[in-house]
Amino acid sequence: MSNEKIQAELAKYEANVEKAVAKFPERKYLPEKRIYTPLDVKGDEAYAEEIGFPGQYPFTRGVQPTMYRGRFWTMRMYAGFSTAKASNERYRYLIANGGTGLSCAFDLPTQIGYDSDDPISEGEVGKVGVAIDSLADMEVLFDQIDLGKVSTSMTINAPASVLLAMYIAVAEEQGVPADQLRGTIQNDILKEYAARGTYIFPPKPSMRIITNIFEYCSKNVPKWNTISISGYHIREAGSTAAQEIAFTIADGIAYVDAAIKAGMNVDDFAGRLSFFWNAHNNVLEEVAKFRASRRLWANIMKNRFHAQKPKSMMLRVHTQTAGSMLTAQQPNNNIVRVALQTAAAVMGGTQSLHTNSRDEALALPTQESVTIALRTQQIVANESGLADVIDPLAGSYYVEAMTDRIYNEAAEYIKKIDEMGGAVEAIEKGYIQKEIQDSAYKWQMDVENKRRIIVGVNEYIDENEEPPKGLLKIDASVGVEQCKKLADLKAGKPINKMTKGRDNDAVKAALAELKDACKKDESENLMPHILKAVKTYATLGEICGVMREVFGEYEAHVSL
Amino acid sequence: MDKKVRVLVAKPGLDGHDRGAKVVARALRDAGFEVVYTGLRQTPEQIAEAALQEDVNVVAMSILSGAHPHLFPKVVNLVREKGMKDVLIIGGGVIPEGDIPALKEAGVAEVFTPGTPTSDVVEFIKANVKA
Repeated sequence: MSNEKIQAELAKYEANVEKAVAKFPERKYLPEKRIYTPLDVKGDEAYAEEIGFPGQYPFTRGVQPTMYRGRFWTMRMYAGFSTAKASNERYRYLIANGGTGLSCAFDLPTQIGYDSDDPISEGEVGKVGVAIDSLADMEVLFDQIDLGKVSTSMTINAPASVLLAMYIAVAEEQGVPADQLRGTIQNDILKEYAARGTYIFPPKPSMRIITNIFEYCSKNVPKWNTISISGYHIREAGSTAAQEIAFTIADGIAYVDAAIKAGMNVDDFAGRLSFFWNAHNNVLEEVAKFRASRRLWANIMKNRFHAQKPKSMMLRVHTQTAGSMLTAQQPNNNIVRVALQTAAAVMGGTQSLHTNSRDEALALPTQESVTIALRTQQIVANESGLADVIDPLAGSYYVEAMTDRIYNEAAEYIKKIDEMGGAVEAIEKGYIQKEIQDSAYKWQMDVENKRRIIVGVNEYIDENEEPPKGLLKIDASVGVEQCKKLADLKAGKPINKMTKGRDNDAVKAALAELKDACKKDESENLMPHILKAVKTYATLGEICGVMREVFGEYEAHVSL
Repeated sequence: MDKKVRVLVAKPGLDGHDRGAKVVARALRDAGFEVVYTGLRQTPEQIAEAALQEDVNVVAMSILSGAHPHLFPKVVNLVREKGMKDVLIIGGGVIPEGDIPALKEAGVAEVFTPGTPTSDVVEFIKANVKA
């Protein structure tokens, strides 16, 4: 049908609709357009340039040529709580049940570079993740797990260099060389300033540490994903889908710029950059977001940074279902939400996925809840058919139009951020934070005014709902135990499988050496010094303490 | 009441999640309160000191990390120790139902859990604040 013909038919349809709507009014608060047609998408001539084929530029349809027809995405359940021993048990349980990658959650003191015995850590030890004070804890965390076989993702940012060094050291003890290690460190400080809050140092030294890691890994840990540039937390903080990919890709541009300025060749590190998206509730919008993000990143890497290798242009992505969309009310409904979010991530073409558990609006998940979440992925993979054909929604007028819409909206934001001088400046000015806050506030008001219905929260409320039983509780004794262990370590007493305690003189010397290295310019790579310190069983707090002394700390300026 | 009610929205502990705190802060401001937000990573001492310096009528704390059983009561005690006997102290976040009685016992006037409309917080403050 020619466009004129379609236009004429569409006009006829719209006239019909007017009559129908007069009799049967539509629901309020719907997207403006009720139907999409060939008029909303570009013609076939744009296909090769903008959509193409899986595994080929611009990767709109996916980064691998066979996608899930070869093997499924990595089912990677984010876990970690209490002590290294308790978390190690959960990891081994997940592996035994078909989990195919590990994902470590660290407690807040670890994420902000404090030891468990620091006064500021009080009440937080072991709460939102596992407490890691030194290599000794890391040895327990990966006990009986072959680091040569498993791939491990670590949600660690400001002290990512230290945790990576500990991981390399544990692998070495297991006899696994660094060049065999597979996994990811989050290492994305910019979104910490903008949305997540676990920053330590100011932007400049933080960017230096990150580029040091890129360089070190490109030579020594070549299979490691050196960063997971994260939109997840930006979305959780309240952004829209387009803002999620816009602000994240703007951060990505800042990292690439920094690495190039540090003297690296784009194709030497860009292939190890990875991304992290949120799978939110609106299934089709999410699929469009994944597709738009791949096209946008490919375009930027090719045309702005002149990458040559296809791998450098691929936006490979880990996904987590949206924690902020889980409801504390009628928590079993969350199983359904997570299943839909899983469908979105899979039709969006994710490389790995974490599914949240039904009880996470209330507490950390129980083992039973985690199992349901993992099984959800297995059901979508094996039973739904969604993983059988690559990019199944391509060609949907609506999804293609929305892919273009999100792409354009994100590109517009990136242009604006470029004009401000880049993501670092936009964050320092508070621009990105303000945009996210405005979207978060609008969402909340939409829920409170019932422009948006959340089942069990503002509609379909169960007045007689009983509070759920059997939530996971982290005992306060975890902190006490962890501090006792740490005191022994610092006193030079052997702990765990150590035959003799740490040599405090060696610790002191390694820390002094690290401090000197920090004072030098960015051409001095900090990684070898951190690795050396870690191997003396210097603690995370001691190492970050030295770095704090040289680099100072970031101070956030908030405006409401 | 001719003086505007002043509220300190506070994030005790190391938790970086402040979507909720910021949304509540803005809703309280839109409801006509004067709102001061502490920003992240405040120790209980810093919060009590800020409450005193800012001469607030309400301290509204938010924690999503699970550190509430330790940190909420600490803030209450320090605020009271500094002589602010009438300041209304409330809290919110990812807080299991089972933890709430102990928090109330410790002097947290009300605990708001996920899904609470901001208007509930506004109404609670209006009904209970001594200004």
